[in-house]
Amino acid sequence: MREGLTGTRIRERRAMTGLKQAELASRIGISASYLNLIEHNRRRIGGKLLLNIASALGVDASALTEGAEAALIAKLREAASAAKLPKVDVNTADEFAGRFPGWAEVLAAGYRRIGALERTVETLSDRLAHDPSLAASVHELLSTAAAIRSTASILADDKKITTEWRDRFHVNLDQDSRRLAQSSKALVNYLENQSGDQGGYTIGSPQEEVDAFFSEHYYTFEEIEGGTITAEELVDQSEGLVSGSARHIARGILQQLALDAEAVSSHKLQDQIQSVGMDPIRLAKHFAVSVSTILRRLGSLKSLNAGLVVCDRTGSLLFRKPTKGFTIPRFDAPCALLPLFDGLSSVGQISRNKIAVAGRSEMEFEVFAVAEPVSVLLYNNAPLVQATMLVVPLKSNELSDLSKPIEIGATCRVCPREYCPARREPSILSSGF
Amino acid sequence: MKKRVLLVEDEPNIIEAITFLLSREGWHVDTQTDGATAVKRVRELQPDLLMLDHMLPGKSGLDILIELRSDDQFLALPILMLTARGQMRDRAEAEAAGVSRFMTKPFSNTEVLAAVRDLTRN
Repeated sequence: MREGLTGTRIRERRAMTGLKQAELASRIGISASYLNLIEHNRRRIGGKLLLNIASALGVDASALTEGAEAALIAKLREAASAAKLPKVDVNTADEFAGRFPGWAEVLAAGYRRIGALERTVETLSDRLAHDPSLAASVHELLSTAAAIRSTASILADDKKITTEWRDRFHVNLDQDSRRLAQSSKALVNYLENQSGDQGGYTIGSPQEEVDAFFSEHYYTFEEIEGGTITAEELVDQSEGLVSGSARHIARGILQQLALDAEAVSSHKLQDQIQSVGMDPIRLAKHFAVSVSTILRRLGSLKSLNAGLVVCDRTGSLLFRKPTKGFTIPRFDAPCALLPLFDGLSSVGQISRNKIAVAGRSEMEFEVFAVAEPVSVLLYNNAPLVQATMLVVPLKSNELSDLSKPIEIGATCRVCPREYCPARREPSILSSGF
Repeated sequence: MKKRVLLVEDEPNIIEAITFLLSREGWHVDTQTDGATAVKRVRELQPDLLMLDHMLPGKSGLDILIELRSDDQFLALPILMLTARGQMRDRAEAEAAGVSRFMTKPFSNTEVLAAVRDLTRN
């Protein structure tokens, strides 16, 4: 870089303001010949004199300094290289910045903005590729748009189409346009919430919509249990369930609830608990249903205030109902020591344990878990399995025949148990390690 | 004898529209909505053309493509991928795996028919 560009800048700025060299020199109290040396970069300048010149020219001193120029020139050179300008042009960046400082700033700012926008595009592209909820939403949107476009095109172009096909396509268009409206709304909702503008609890993924829906209903659906409303109707009426995926998930859970309640009503279950106690195996035998059905029913009893967790055979959580002192993390994977996962390797075995959540409270829980097949049994075909775990809070004065509790954590990142065979990643707790 | 196309797609109204379009063009259209058994279905039906969605339940269109192209029997089978995943990387992966034509949703019927004719021209 050429030395003393500050002088060049002073000269350019002075010319822009229409001041003569002698006038400026007089205003700042130096001789015109000294200013001439400065302007031709033959004298270094700084300190109070620079501030005085800047003030007389009506600009910030930083706009005249070499530091600012160096950054500006570096950015211009970067822009010139990126545009594949010949090297001879790249090397004139300092001259350009000195002669046309305003334009140079505009060019450099534009180049910086392009860089920032490119990074944003990369981030969004990466997110589209790796954010399953966003990818699924966009996929749904585009698939619906494809169906509408193709169908509408057939209706518009084919004059000989039969009435039967035409009616079918009209129905399809109606369905798809509704879906398009719904999935667009869901996508906007997702993106708005992801932008974090709303603060507090924001709903993003379909699973979060479902969690919020169940939480709003306190995990209790007496109308469904009583048969006065169907799962479909309740989901259709819900304003909180926006995305198609969330509605699908919620509908499935509520349909299961309706089936469970039909097999084992709440009051009969409570009566039976009075008579045989909180024993899922005996209760399952009495009602001739699976143990997982009983665990789900117990999980829905208000009086028991129990937590309930369900996962599929990949360990992905399908349902989570927290209870005081026991929550399942929304984003991180849960503790691998949860008895929920034991059953996946020994389908049909019913476990009963006492657990304590490390670092949370002194509370202990009695936990029942079982994994059972949920698909049709076929030869040489491993069935799909779901594991269900009921988490019953033990009162402090309540005696349990189970001795030492299994210590579990919420999730590794916030678990204070230093030496844990199941640890996947270090804890972020400062009180930990 | 009618030429046979297997359409692997999980979107019912797209299935209906494409079935109509290709049937009108004289094709026999078989459909399949899940990816898990798509390869098996291709082996059974031996279609003249496979139309494949990318995001399918059970197995992705890309995995189906890779599996088919690893079998000499299906090296020459024209495979037209119709997908909502139109990123450069998706296209590059599909092309590397041996897709015959890659089209993004929402597509136009004219383009689809032109691609089908082009891919199955003897």
